[in-house]
Amino acid sequence: MLRWILGGREAQGSVEKSSVLCTGEEQPKNWFTELQVLKGHFDIVRFLVQIDDFRCASAGDDGLVLVWNVETGERLQELRGHSQQITAITTLICSDGLMSHTLLITASSDRSLSLWDPDTGNRVQTVSDLQSSVKCLLVLERLCVWLSGGEELCVWNKDFQLQCHRQNHSDTGITALIELPKNCIAAAMDKEIIIYRLTYSTDSSISLAEIRCLSDHQDQIRALINVNDGLFASGSHAGELILWDAIDWNILAYEHILWEESPPSALAEIRLGAPKPSEMSIQHLTTNGKLILAAVGSGLYVYSILTKTVVAYRKVAHDSNVLHTMLVSDSELMSCSEDGSVRMWEIQDLPLPAEPASAGFFGMWTFGRSNKQTGPPSKKVIEVPNIRILELTGDLIGHSGAVQMFVSFKENGLVTCSTDHLLILWKNGERQSHLRSLALFQKLEENGGL
Amino acid sequence: MIGSPDVVAFTKEDEFGQTSPDPWGLPEEFSIPLYPPADSNPWAKTSYAKFTKDFILISEFSEQVGPQPLLTIPDDPKVCGTFDLNYFSLRIMSVDYQASFVGHPPGSGYPRLSFVEDSRVVLGDSKEGAFAYVHHLTLYDLEARGFVRPFCMAYISADERKIMLQFQEMSLRFSQASECLKAGNRRAFAKELQRKLQDLEYTHSVLQREEGLQREAGPQSMYSAHVVEKANELANVEKSIYEHRDLLRQISSYYCYPRRDPHAVTCQRCMTECLSECEALLDKYAKLANPFSYTAKGRKREDGQGESDGEGGEEEVEEDEEGIKRRSSYTPQLIKAKSAKCFDKRLKTLQELCDDTFYEATMELLKETERSFRGDLCYLHTRRLDKALRKKQRVTNFLFEEDLSDDVEDDGGILQPFCAVNHAVENYTLLNPPPIVLGPEPLKLLKPPDSIDPISETSNTLESELGLGDNHLESSPSNQTLETLESSEETKGSFSSDKSGMGPAEKQQSLGNVSDPPDFDLTTDPDQITDLERESSSEDMETTAGEDEGDNGGDQPPLSFLEVASELEANSEDDSERFSVKTCEIQSDLLVPIDSACCMAQEGFLYEASAPEADPLQGHSSCSQSSQTLVVNQEPQSLLPLQDDYFVGSPCTEKTVAGLELPIGHFGDAVSRNSFEDGSDCTMSASTGSDRAASPLGYGGTVTLRHRKKAGQGALRFVRQYPFAMQALWCLLSGRTLVVLGADEGRVRRLVAALALFVPGPGKCGERVQAWLCCPFTLTDLQRWKLIGLQRMASPVGSSMLYSLSRYSRYISILDADQKTLRCPAYQGQLLANLADHRTFIRRGSTYFLHTQSTLCHLAAKAFLFTFTHHLHLPVSSTEGPEVVEGRRRCFLQEQLGLGEEDSQILLYLSHLITQRYLQAATGSSGAAPCFSFKYTTSVLYKI
Repeated sequence: MLRWILGGREAQGSVEKSSVLCTGEEQPKNWFTELQVLKGHFDIVRFLVQIDDFRCASAGDDGLVLVWNVETGERLQELRGHSQQITAITTLICSDGLMSHTLLITASSDRSLSLWDPDTGNRVQTVSDLQSSVKCLLVLERLCVWLSGGEELCVWNKDFQLQCHRQNHSDTGITALIELPKNCIAAAMDKEIIIYRLTYSTDSSISLAEIRCLSDHQDQIRALINVNDGLFASGSHAGELILWDAIDWNILAYEHILWEESPPSALAEIRLGAPKPSEMSIQHLTTNGKLILAAVGSGLYVYSILTKTVVAYRKVAHDSNVLHTMLVSDSELMSCSEDGSVRMWEIQDLPLPAEPASAGFFGMWTFGRSNKQTGPPSKKVIEVPNIRILELTGDLIGHSGAVQMFVSFKENGLVTCSTDHLLILWKNGERQSHLRSLALFQKLEENGGL
Repeated sequence: MIGSPDVVAFTKEDEFGQTSPDPWGLPEEFSIPLYPPADSNPWAKTSYAKFTKDFILISEFSEQVGPQPLLTIPDDPKVCGTFDLNYFSLRIMSVDYQASFVGHPPGSGYPRLSFVEDSRVVLGDSKEGAFAYVHHLTLYDLEARGFVRPFCMAYISADERKIMLQFQEMSLRFSQASECLKAGNRRAFAKELQRKLQDLEYTHSVLQREEGLQREAGPQSMYSAHVVEKANELANVEKSIYEHRDLLRQISSYYCYPRRDPHAVTCQRCMTECLSECEALLDKYAKLANPFSYTAKGRKREDGQGESDGEGGEEEVEEDEEGIKRRSSYTPQLIKAKSAKCFDKRLKTLQELCDDTFYEATMELLKETERSFRGDLCYLHTRRLDKALRKKQRVTNFLFEEDLSDDVEDDGGILQPFCAVNHAVENYTLLNPPPIVLGPEPLKLLKPPDSIDPISETSNTLESELGLGDNHLESSPSNQTLETLESSEETKGSFSSDKSGMGPAEKQQSLGNVSDPPDFDLTTDPDQITDLERESSSEDMETTAGEDEGDNGGDQPPLSFLEVASELEANSEDDSERFSVKTCEIQSDLLVPIDSACCMAQEGFLYEASAPEADPLQGHSSCSQSSQTLVVNQEPQSLLPLQDDYFVGSPCTEKTVAGLELPIGHFGDAVSRNSFEDGSDCTMSASTGSDRAASPLGYGGTVTLRHRKKAGQGALRFVRQYPFAMQALWCLLSGRTLVVLGADEGRVRRLVAALALFVPGPGKCGERVQAWLCCPFTLTDLQRWKLIGLQRMASPVGSSMLYSLSRYSRYISILDADQKTLRCPAYQGQLLANLADHRTFIRRGSTYFLHTQSTLCHLAAKAFLFTFTHHLHLPVSSTEGPEVVEGRRRCFLQEQLGLGEEDSQILLYLSHLITQRYLQAATGSSGAAPCFSFKYTTSVLYKI
């Protein structure tokens, strides 16, 4: 594409690289036609949390938490207090009868936990000198407590008072926490998932009891999510996706995502060397109750809970590891990756394989990589006749580093954060232009003319 | 008077004022000041002038050698060529209308300082072909005769009319310079006085000591000639002390005087500073004043000095700030009874007469004045017209127009009363707000006409004042005239009475600090002097206006400046009434179509505003109709500059409608009002001539007109050289960042400079343009810069740069200067065909620049219309969905403006910028990051 500017050897290399997956420059379905670059962080921005319809908080390795107005792109608050990188952030909703008020809980490597008011920017509560740094947070709204997981599992009430805690004897500590029915909690710890139960004693003190240890994963658990009331899912570094029953903790489905079906193509080898385990590592799981979207290495994998089968997948969805994904609707999804791009996908039905037009269709959307991809899909297509494909509908390029995470504000736009210390606010240009026009005429009216 | 120069204003009918047929037939909006048709060669007039361009001359009437030129601005001998500065100085110094008065007023024993207002005069020298605006001013010098040194600043030009027409502004600017110079001079004078007082007091103490010794020597020598001489000397010194102290008091009371000069623009802070300094000095000498107490101290001079320093601590600090340590290091000297002869001593130079800061500031002011009047009248005029017109379209100006300086925008054209010494602007007050209109405004400026002929009046004034001055000059006591003082008995008497009079004297001094009205009465006859001065100042005005203005001034409608000027040229017998009517008619003829267009636009806007409430359906149809007529029949370009104001969507637009309905209904009256408005606008800008265009600034500084004109040449070359220039321009105009890639820095920079012309809203200093970049760029850079010159490198840095190029290729267009290719989305529109015609017949860069300007102005006007047309963006009724609005917008762009898809993008982008700017102006600079809009479109590679 850009050979004319590039020229030379390395140029060719980069041409090859960019041809891994290339939508045309024309992206009619991509409505993000305006962006705002939000500056403020000094280091990698790792976390984004939506506070309400128009605010979001970002946190990163610089220990800063910034609150942004997504509509205008203004920075509303700067929450300073942590001296080291932030390891977890979550929202805590306090409702005092009529008003519900959103607060932020942050955990940092400086072994402290803080509670912030994003409206005023005040640090409401803080706990420091914890034994270890907290890696994950879980708020149990129903029980009015929240948990912090790391090398130890602690239960706190909303006034930041420690209710009980449990030491773990694993090196890695708890990496993920989810809430299960019946006051249970699932904690991912290395290769195991441990189920705890919270019990209230008569003197209203809370105790934590380990009930079960699920050790079916062969490798470290990378992702743990709630699917719906009766299900939860976990994904491991080795590409195992396990669907669990949330009540009796049995395995409902086991899917081992292995790409070895496809013969590693010569090009892929040149690019990345021998296939590493990370290529099949499940980095991120997301679900909408019907589908589970797994980020596997640099690929995407859509698993239907109903049929307990893979619905669609794409082995190389990005140039590098996918870090975060989102199911926008039943047929639309988004993913972001270390390669610095956000891509939007659509699950589309494959045309009938017998149809002669199919080759042309393939050629149209992936002209540069037919040799790479013809292998696996055709095989899959034969195996699972009703498999569908992931069609790239658009991509957002702006970050110069890995895109760590994104948060969608529906029509208000999309916020992405990245290792390049920036946040980018992607918006619908037409909508924004309409809003600006509105503002313009409103101001005209206020001013009584020009 | 020597040589009797032609005082131009009064000699209109002589050989200069060719009674030309009226060259001002066009309405002044469009008239280019034509050279008189009598001269076939427009440069004939300047041809016999011995200098090549206008300059400013400062001369002095030296009491030793007579009139002499001091310096010229610009300070370049080439400027004045063979022009005889000495001769011309003689001429201009021989017409000093300053009402100067020096000497003892009857009843007061002390010499008086005269507070003279400046005088302004235009004169010409037919033989030299030179005309000059001459500004006389008087500076104080303790060593000069009567303490005054007459100076004058003259703006010398070969074009008489230039001076006549710019008189008001020249007057303003020179007044500023003069005020600055005088302020500095007063400071310097006060310091000089102080030194003198120290000397005198020291001398006094020495003399007293000697007298005391003689007294001790014995009574027999009591009445010897020697002793008497000593006593006389002592008395003289004492008198001198009182006189100087009085002078100090006078100079510090200067600020309390009401200024009669309407042009006197004073910096409040300078004034207060000077005042406080003078007061501090006064205080100090009021205390030190007792010669006898000084005697005691004077024995040990060091002590006295130390103490005085202690007393004047406050001033010390102030002075230290300025880095002047003269006083603290000053050692009093013994003053000889016999001072040097007047002609023996060197007079102070202008620079010495004036505080350094002030001198520099004055020179800066004068340089700026010179710069702002550069170019011939036609050029000045068009530039001002241009500026005046541009002022009316503030909303879109930022897109393509040269930035108007802020002060112009702020105060609507009054010459900013800024302090040359760079004090903050808010410190300034206009003592008397200067008249804005260049032409004579009889009602305001002129007194009811005096029956006395101005010339004789002036000469009367001069004579009487000179006479008075002469009388007193002989006896005016400064150090050189000490020996001419009256007899010793009288001095002695005054000395003895002085002892008792010490108290009141001191009291008077302290009174003088606050305000000194009685001082004024001490002059010969208060009524007379004020009258005289007032007359002389009013006469100054008449110099501008022409002699006959006073007569019919009363009932004349306020005329605009060019009309008046032409009237001046025409015979004074001309019936000005008839004349102005004629002009108005012609003017209105020309104005009609344009104004009606304005009205149409206005109606369109108004209708849109009220449509939703009234009848949505009808509103919609007529809206589109009105806008259609507007667009199809009238080019927005012609609409824009002449509309006074746009009022959209506000209920209070009745007023404007009335203002814009001019040509339809009440004809003459409205038009004359219009012309008046325009005239005032024009002259407002005329008085604010900025040096923007003329001041060459370094790279990265403000993008000036000159830069842009120069860029015109480059742009023309680009357009002729590259067949895909149109596409490149389209990229810039539609907001797609254009990266100029090349290995050769010079070539890339040149290209960028040329293309920068087309960057909409480039910012005051061209912030949206990056001429040369050597590192990979990021998204933020793309957001910030719309035109980037990028270095092509073979190094690893280069490869990462290329990587960023390919990565962000969707946001940019790449112009490869080396391979002469352009990669950008396809453009097939027609809008820019005219602008980027490969085979254009335009050969000159400046012509192309103007062509570009007009096209871009046209575009900006369209964008304005688009932006502020309500129904193109918002639904007219609640039942309308966004698709309807969208359809309407598309319809407007395509059918009414006749723009294709790609051309529409230009308009949309410009509209986006206008909107953003307009909204930003309200909220100020909010913390929000700027938006960056883009489109996902395929790029095509264009080759030569």
